[in-house]
Amino acid sequence: MNMTTPESINSPLIRLEGITKVYGSGPAAVHALKGVDLTIDKGEFVAVMGPSGSGKSTCMNILGCLDTPTAGTYRFKGVDVGGLSRDQRALLRRNYLGFVFQGFNLLSRTSALENVELPLIYRGVPARERHAKARDALKAVGLEGWEFHTPAELSGGQQQRVAIARAMVIEPEVLMADEPTGNLDSVTGREIMDLLCSFNTERGVTIVMVTHDAGMAGYAGRIVRFLDGLIDSEEPGRRHVS
Amino acid sequence: MIWETIILALRAIRRNVLRSFLTILGIVIGVAAVITMVTLGDGATEQVRADISSLGSNMLQVRPGQGFRGPGGVRVFAERFKLSDAQAIEREIAGLKAVAPLSDQSGQAISGNRNWSTTVTGSTNDYLTVRNWPLESGRVFTESELNSGRAVCILGATIARELFGDQDPLGAFIRLDRLSCQVVGVLASKGQSSFGQDQDDLVMVPIRTMQRRIAGNTDVKAILVSAMDGVSTEALREDIERLMRERRRVSEGQDDDFHVRDMQEIVSTLTSTTRVLTALLGAVAAVSLLVGGIGIMNIMLVSVTERTREIGTRLAIGAREGEVLMQFLIEAVVLSSLGGLFGIALGLGAAALGARLLGVPFVFNPGIVILAFVFSASVGMIFGFFPARRAARMDPIEALRHE
Repeated sequence: MNMTTPESINSPLIRLEGITKVYGSGPAAVHALKGVDLTIDKGEFVAVMGPSGSGKSTCMNILGCLDTPTAGTYRFKGVDVGGLSRDQRALLRRNYLGFVFQGFNLLSRTSALENVELPLIYRGVPARERHAKARDALKAVGLEGWEFHTPAELSGGQQQRVAIARAMVIEPEVLMADEPTGNLDSVTGREIMDLLCSFNTERGVTIVMVTHDAGMAGYAGRIVRFLDGLIDSEEPGRRHVS
Repeated sequence: MIWETIILALRAIRRNVLRSFLTILGIVIGVAAVITMVTLGDGATEQVRADISSLGSNMLQVRPGQGFRGPGGVRVFAERFKLSDAQAIEREIAGLKAVAPLSDQSGQAISGNRNWSTTVTGSTNDYLTVRNWPLESGRVFTESELNSGRAVCILGATIARELFGDQDPLGAFIRLDRLSCQVVGVLASKGQSSFGQDQDDLVMVPIRTMQRRIAGNTDVKAILVSAMDGVSTEALREDIERLMRERRRVSEGQDDDFHVRDMQEIVSTLTSTTRVLTALLGAVAAVSLLVGGIGIMNIMLVSVTERTREIGTRLAIGAREGEVLMQFLIEAVVLSSLGGLFGIALGLGAAALGARLLGVPFVFNPGIVILAFVFSASVGMIFGFFPARRAARMDPIEALRHE
């Protein structure tokens, strides 16, 4: 995986061209995406909206390199992800992508610190450096002093903060957030959104977030709406700076 | 990375102590059973070997043959040995430490109002040499006592206790049937033989006394021969057979009318019997190890299903297929190895206790301990592979969506 070809320097961070995704085959086939073109530049905060079944989750999975498109090309930093093997995509996620899920997906009965260390373990970071980085990441999400609490001992908002710390600890290019506030009350949700925004502005991490909530989408710089497997509309968000 | 994975596995095990314990219980029991069986079996083998060598190691027994011959199946006893046969062996065969002619029969030993039924053994002092049997007190027979067949005797420990209790039997007289005998010595206790006989239950008299004054014949029932150290009992046996065939005029091509039995042979027969038993018990125990392995696979499959979301998270974070496979495989191997370690400890403990209860020596066999450990680790590897592969091949999207 050569990420520094001359071509890649000038290309956008994420570029989808004519992406389609078909599940099943024959008459029972489901066309989840029907030709999506989308470009996301470095440092953007994009909210993806749309009703259930509109293809936004499928698109998210493809963007997150968890899934491959049936047709079309997806270039991440100029590299065609479609040509990568399962393990190569795993390495790409490990090195460039952070994930935040609706259900937090923390390892149960495992301390916050150990949860945050997890991606660093896969990166082969030595223990001492790992502890330091994980502590810093927890501090950055405002959980200093909670390092040794397990998820069961943390509130929903705190758990999501741990998850964000886990995503941010590798200093990713892109943070993929799948309804990060879906399981939280609105006050906590807004706190989480403020946290994500601060990472976006202060650290320049690109954020792609799926959400149902128009209020939360308002935090983004750009809102992309999906409908029936296609991008229906794009509009600037509240934080749009033109 | 491997080390990290082992730490992760240990963390996963620690997170669910009870289930981990139940998972490895099968392995623990299996390994413990193997270790206990094999260790006790080795102890029993050792016991048999020790018992037989207490009978007298590198000893040969020469006995006249007996069998059924002729059309009517008449029982035929071959001609008895005489004292001259023993003397001939002593004279003509090299490499002997001692040659003891033996003639015994059961009889009553009486002292005062005490009465004990025992075996009266007529032999020479060589008998004690052959059987490697020291005296507790007193002395052996003198040359003149042996030659003239005097009425003296040496008591086994059991007889001494039964007839005299705490009193000193030396110098006292006991009656063997109608013969009054003076006690000149008491033998050290040898205890039970591996066949359950009380070896100390005997009265020993000079062989001529036995022949002339008790049995009333000149027969020698058996000749015990012990080889000097380093002399092959196999070669001795051939020499004795040749000499006896000559003396007993057994013509060429005819079967021997006597037997020469080698104690070494009996040792190896008996120990091989206990070995076979040990192997059988060990095999039964090994089956329980297999069952333990299936238990591990079962729980690992449940664990993989239960931790689907965790696996999804790991895959999303960037774990490669091989890393997830390794994680679960190592988890299974660590679990089963822990089971192996517990099992070894438990097995050795049980074997030590069992050895004490059964009165056999505790023989530590490092080979079987290593084998059991390696086997239990391999069980984890083999039975953990299928669940681990299932985890590694999961689709991260499906896994993340799993409730």
